[in-house]
Amino acid sequence: MMNIPGSGIFKGMVVTARNMVGSYLLKERLTTEQYPEERPTLPENARSFPFLVYDGTDPEAGMRCVSCKICEKECPPQCIYIVQDRDAAGKALKRPKVFNIDIAVCMSCQICVEVCPFESIRMDNAYELSSYDRFGSLVLDKAKLLKSNAYYQSIHPTEAAETDGRIEADRLKKEAAAAAKAAAAQKAAAEKAAKAAATPAEPAAPATPAPQNPEASA
Amino acid sequence: MITAVLEKIHSGLPGAHVELVNNPSPCAQHSLLVGAADARAVAEFLRDDLQFDFASNVSGVDWPPRKVKESVVRKETVDGVEKEIKETIEHDVPGYLEAVYHLYSVARKCGPITLRMRTVDRDKNVSLPSLTPVWKSADFQEREVFDLYGIRFDGHPDLRRLLMWDEYADHPMRKDFVPPDDFEYEPTPHDNVLKRVKAREATEGEGA
Amino acid sequence: MSTLAINSTSSGDARTLDLSLGPQHPSTHGVFRMNVTLEGETVVKLKPVFGYLHRNHEKIAEGNSWLAAMPYTDRLDYICPITNNWAYAVAVEKLAGIEVAERAEYIRVIVGELTRLQNHAAFLGFVLGDMGAWGSALMYAFREREKILDLFESLTGARMMCNYMRFGGCRCDLPPGWIEGATKVVDKFPAFLDEMEALLTGNEILLARLQGVAPLSAARAINGGMSGPVLRASGVDYDIRKVDGYGIYNRFKFRIPRGEVGDCYDRFMLRVIESRESLQILKQAIAGLPGGPIINPKAKLRGFRPPVGEAYGRIESPKGELGFYVISDGTDKPYRFRIRPPSLINLTLLEELCLGTKIADVMIILGTVDIVLGEVDR
Repeated sequence: MMNIPGSGIFKGMVVTARNMVGSYLLKERLTTEQYPEERPTLPENARSFPFLVYDGTDPEAGMRCVSCKICEKECPPQCIYIVQDRDAAGKALKRPKVFNIDIAVCMSCQICVEVCPFESIRMDNAYELSSYDRFGSLVLDKAKLLKSNAYYQSIHPTEAAETDGRIEADRLKKEAAAAAKAAAAQKAAAEKAAKAAATPAEPAAPATPAPQNPEASA
Repeated sequence: MITAVLEKIHSGLPGAHVELVNNPSPCAQHSLLVGAADARAVAEFLRDDLQFDFASNVSGVDWPPRKVKESVVRKETVDGVEKEIKETIEHDVPGYLEAVYHLYSVARKCGPITLRMRTVDRDKNVSLPSLTPVWKSADFQEREVFDLYGIRFDGHPDLRRLLMWDEYADHPMRKDFVPPDDFEYEPTPHDNVLKRVKAREATEGEGA
Repeated sequence: MSTLAINSTSSGDARTLDLSLGPQHPSTHGVFRMNVTLEGETVVKLKPVFGYLHRNHEKIAEGNSWLAAMPYTDRLDYICPITNNWAYAVAVEKLAGIEVAERAEYIRVIVGELTRLQNHAAFLGFVLGDMGAWGSALMYAFREREKILDLFESLTGARMMCNYMRFGGCRCDLPPGWIEGATKVVDKFPAFLDEMEALLTGNEILLARLQGVAPLSAARAINGGMSGPVLRASGVDYDIRKVDGYGIYNRFKFRIPRGEVGDCYDRFMLRVIESRESLQILKQAIAGLPGGPIINPKAKLRGFRPPVGEAYGRIESPKGELGFYVISDGTDKPYRFRIRPPSLINLTLLEELCLGTKIADVMIILGTVDIVLGEVDR
């Protein structure tokens, strides 16, 4: 066997040389991505920070969030801040007035997405978010967080399709329930009407038996 | 397994204060509460005779004074008739600090055995014997328990703080620890720290 | 940065040097400090100083719910986040008696062993960097590691900080094409190990720097609480995957490599051989992956309240025995959340190992013990 001193180092250098020359010839040896000219293709599931989904074209009107505050409660580093909206009379509305996420604190754990019952908060995959302004650009308010469902479908197609499927199924179930309720109400009303029609036009209160002739002898 | 170990300890070291503490969880990892005076002897017995040679984990636990409810049934004669009356008695359990040791046996590939040692109270009598001379792996962990809970381990070769700096005075993992708010940091608008800073500044302003 | 102070002992002639291999140092695997006293180049005393990365994870966990502690476990041993999640899930599943779905068990083994592979690849690269090979060997190792991290990103959404395990199963199921990607990585990994071995085995520099440095006897290792590859390098046949048989590890056939002398060379090469055994487990797990739900249907996400009690659950993480000791008082927040950090406890014998060696060897010894500061300081 090779017992020449230095043969081990020589074998190592052969490996290094192979890697160096190979990086000119083979694609898989050249693994450096020339960022920022070449950007990595992120897999579909990649997540960075949360955003709020709205349906349709109007962010405020189509917002799915109903300000239930479950995500605020479950967030581990407590980076979500929600204030519920109230109408002129002071009654609580099902929408948030203030929805801030401090993405300098957020740890991208995705727990808010998992616990949201209304499919309204999802993970974005934008990662070039550095700025010089700590509170101006890194505390995202409602306006910056609201992004359309079309955007969500473009970044996470499979997840968006599943979410849309669930929302559609819920809507159909609600419609079916409403229809069933309406049908049941109609049936009850019809039964009531039928009952009223079935009993004969009342001779006033059960006729008292014609008074016996008191004089009739037994 | 723990009951067998307990029996062996009682037969090997008669008079040692060791009792079983029940663990209601489904994993049934019951523990042995060892008195402070007998802890070293019990530890050496476990290591040498029963071959528990691997001290895997040393934790501190803080039990502040609490009220424990117990429902008891007592018999009482009312109007000559003996009745059973159920009532809930609440008694105060004084606070203590605890050091919990998890032991495994590498030689016999079994475990865990849980040992507990309790201090007398939480402020004045907080010393426990150190088991570092028995298992060296307890060295840094006992230092950490001293640092974060305040239990003094007698017989430890080098009892200093581990994670906090040496001049630090408090014991952070205790349940009554008040986190400091006199540091320079800009919390976000809804942070609790900001509220406490404002409250403190308000009282200081009044006092000044 | 290192600061030094020269002092003379009372005998007058001998002079020792107090050196602080300070928190900023390229080879200390994080913000770790060692106060070393040297006589010439030989180490006479070594006191490690911890706490630079202390983030009081245990206290934070007492203030948040059980689920919210899961993303914090990612940040303990940040090179192997998924095994940290797994250890916490094992501890809580022991505490509450939750059964894990079978498909989830197989997926846990697959991602757990992939984590072990990428941790050992990073270890190889870092130790070679500590020895003076600077970045080249590190980059070869990272090239392989990136393939595994890409797999994690397509599965969980994040390269590290995966937050993947839940009590009773895993968070989400495998996307289409993931198993094929994993199989490709598993098939190509032996070629990488062969290339690294061609680079290393027989390399005279490596042998001179690793062999005979800081041998550790088995009895001392056990008493000092060493676990994981360091313990096995000292000749002890103890792997928690075989001893405890957590998860479904008793269904797979794999061997446990053991060292003879317990010196740095044994600790180094043992991890290479362990990687090959991990590949065997991976092949078996991928082949046997069943269908079914990904999480126990009775598992609760929100408002999880385990029964009163306590449990100690441990797994064989790539660094050693990672255990969680959790005490529940019946509420939705843990009463006590204790992390048994393998990196901290493996450092207990650091002074013993380094006494009498040269200052250059201290870095190698520290490198082969393989610590991560996130775990040491929590």
